[in-house]
Amino acid sequence: MELTRREALLVAAGGAVAVMAGAIGLPAFAAEGEAQKLIDEFTGGATPESGKISLSAPEIAENGNTVPVGFEIDSPMTADDHIETVMLLAPANPRPGVATFHFTALSGKAAASTRMRLAKTQDLVAVAKTSKGAFYMDTKPVKVTIGGCGG
Amino acid sequence: MLIDTTRREFLQIALATAAIAGTGSLAGWTRAMAQQAMTEDDLLAFEPLGNVTLAHITDMHAQMKPVYFREPSVNIGVGEVAGLPPHITGKDFLSTFGIEPGSAAAYALTSVDFSALARTYGRMGGIDRIATIVNRIRAERPNNTLFLDGGDTWQGSYTTYQTKGADMVELMNALKPDAMTGHWEFTLGQDRVEEIVEGLPFPFLAGNVRDTEWEEPAFESTAYFERGGVKVAVIGQAFPYTPVANPRWMFPKWSFGIREEDVQAHVEAARGEGAGLVVLLSHNGFDVDRKLASRVEGIDVILTGHTHDALPEAVKVGKTLLVATGSNGKFVSRLDLDVGADGVKDFRYRLIPVFSDVITPDPETAALIDKLRAPYADELARVIGSTESLLYRRGNFNGTFDDLICDALLSERDAEIALSPGFRWGTSLIPGADITVEDIHTQTSMTYPEAYRSEMTGQLLKDILEDVADNLFNVDPYYQQGGDMVRVGGLGYTIDPTAAMGSRITAMTHLKSGDPIDPAKSYVVAGWASVNEGTEGPPVWDVVEAHIKAKGTVSVSAHDAVKVVGI
Repeated sequence: MELTRREALLVAAGGAVAVMAGAIGLPAFAAEGEAQKLIDEFTGGATPESGKISLSAPEIAENGNTVPVGFEIDSPMTADDHIETVMLLAPANPRPGVATFHFTALSGKAAASTRMRLAKTQDLVAVAKTSKGAFYMDTKPVKVTIGGCGG
Repeated sequence: MLIDTTRREFLQIALATAAIAGTGSLAGWTRAMAQQAMTEDDLLAFEPLGNVTLAHITDMHAQMKPVYFREPSVNIGVGEVAGLPPHITGKDFLSTFGIEPGSAAAYALTSVDFSALARTYGRMGGIDRIATIVNRIRAERPNNTLFLDGGDTWQGSYTTYQTKGADMVELMNALKPDAMTGHWEFTLGQDRVEEIVEGLPFPFLAGNVRDTEWEEPAFESTAYFERGGVKVAVIGQAFPYTPVANPRWMFPKWSFGIREEDVQAHVEAARGEGAGLVVLLSHNGFDVDRKLASRVEGIDVILTGHTHDALPEAVKVGKTLLVATGSNGKFVSRLDLDVGADGVKDFRYRLIPVFSDVITPDPETAALIDKLRAPYADELARVIGSTESLLYRRGNFNGTFDDLICDALLSERDAEIALSPGFRWGTSLIPGADITVEDIHTQTSMTYPEAYRSEMTGQLLKDILEDVADNLFNVDPYYQQGGDMVRVGGLGYTIDPTAAMGSRITAMTHLKSGDPIDPAKSYVVAGWASVNEGTEGPPVWDVVEAHIKAKGTVSVSAHDAVKVVGI
């Protein structure tokens, strides 16, 4: 059976989805300058792995002066294996180091949320250190817009 | 001036411009239109399917009466959605959906030959006609129908501005929707929205709005209905970027956002309550919903809104059906679903075109509309001037109505450069039409209309264009706000929608002198609809009225100061 152009396009419309979930996104993260220095100091030069940690923030900030940011980390949080420290960075801020959170096994759960000021559009970074010395990182792009023309 | 086409004339013209049938959901009405006897039945007859019927309207922008609304000729998609519906326009749209040029469907769904076809097929919409359609669906499917309003209902007309939304609230209450969500509704201000929502006889659903203080839900997220033996969950999703695209100071206690995890949680909660059908009543915009459908599991149907797309077919993403019902009352969607124990087994969809000369107005609703408009009838009808050319707004870049508004800002506010927001509402006027107070307000009606005059550096102008371009052309739909590009007067530029943020805009030119825009130089800029609190200036409708009055008859040629490259 021949597909008409219309059918082909509609199939394409449906088929695009599988690709979309993975393919769409901003360029791979590469911290620069001060932020990279802070990450290197935190990890002792080790390259953090992705996964385990999930950083959440609005895609577009409603108010750059107070942007809600949170993270959650998949960890058993036992005496042997728990999250010790999480560093939160805003690389394009004048002072990229925003906060460092400390946890123990008694914390029960490695999750926290706060609000931060963002000078401009940037990729936020969270790096977690486990009690076993492993590092995990997540990034989340947040746009700070001039705003004003939605329809 | 224009003569209203009577129903009989309409049928004769339809015969003269007869078109061959399309396929799919179009078949019924394009074929009927090609025949002599186009009737209401041809548009509305629908072989019922399954156990649940969803009737959907969205983005009516308070258009109670039938209107002309030209669909976009430019609606660029970037990244993964380039060239996919709804990013197909004009002749490509016709060939993609198998629509004959010159047919009723071509007129309703595209910009091709718009002015000529508008004379043939007449105005579309009218809430009294929508009432007829909804009443008929409910009569046919009394125990199966849900009627849902996707929002942008209480803004966009002179009368709804004068009554702070009260006229549309009274009118829609008479149509008895089962639920709604919102966007421009919020620009009535927090107190007014709370006052209206408290009095609504149906739920106002917005699961993605929280209070800014404690992040607690500000509205109900989900409503449950029993239809045809199925428990139906309707989850409301308000426009996620309302506080970014509109003035946040008007509703300072509410925070929005896509909040994908919350949508997933609402879906799971609905399934936990035993919902056999989960519907997202959304004001996200089509591309945002297409992405959301690929990432959130368990949504059966998304009734999309915000981006004003009208698609004659439902789009399937995984197991989720997406419906796009257009704007300004031009269309009503009917989606029949056969819902079994394991979900949707089958569906039948029609995008019903509301041809106002074919569909009989519901008498009670028509009388109510007349009553609501009566106190303002003289002012609405007051003629300010006329137009020799087609005036429209919708499209990614400048529309002719925006060029007229920009000209008004330049001359009446004595500015070098004008900026006018890229809203997707605002109807069309065909050549020869009078321009009335009502028409001017249909383009400009809002609660923050001040026409400012200020100085901006060339760098700031560039930053604004780049910022808005990224809201429109970011490859990730979650970073799009769903408006069109800011309109410009006295300024030319070149744009590459596929370039990265900050490098899309080049060759910015000061049109009066022909010189390049100097980043360090200050320019006198006039604009309107600033989201900043304390903006000063006369309401933009007064500026536009003064300009048209001075001109008498206007004629706006196609805009050539914005050049699009890279696609």
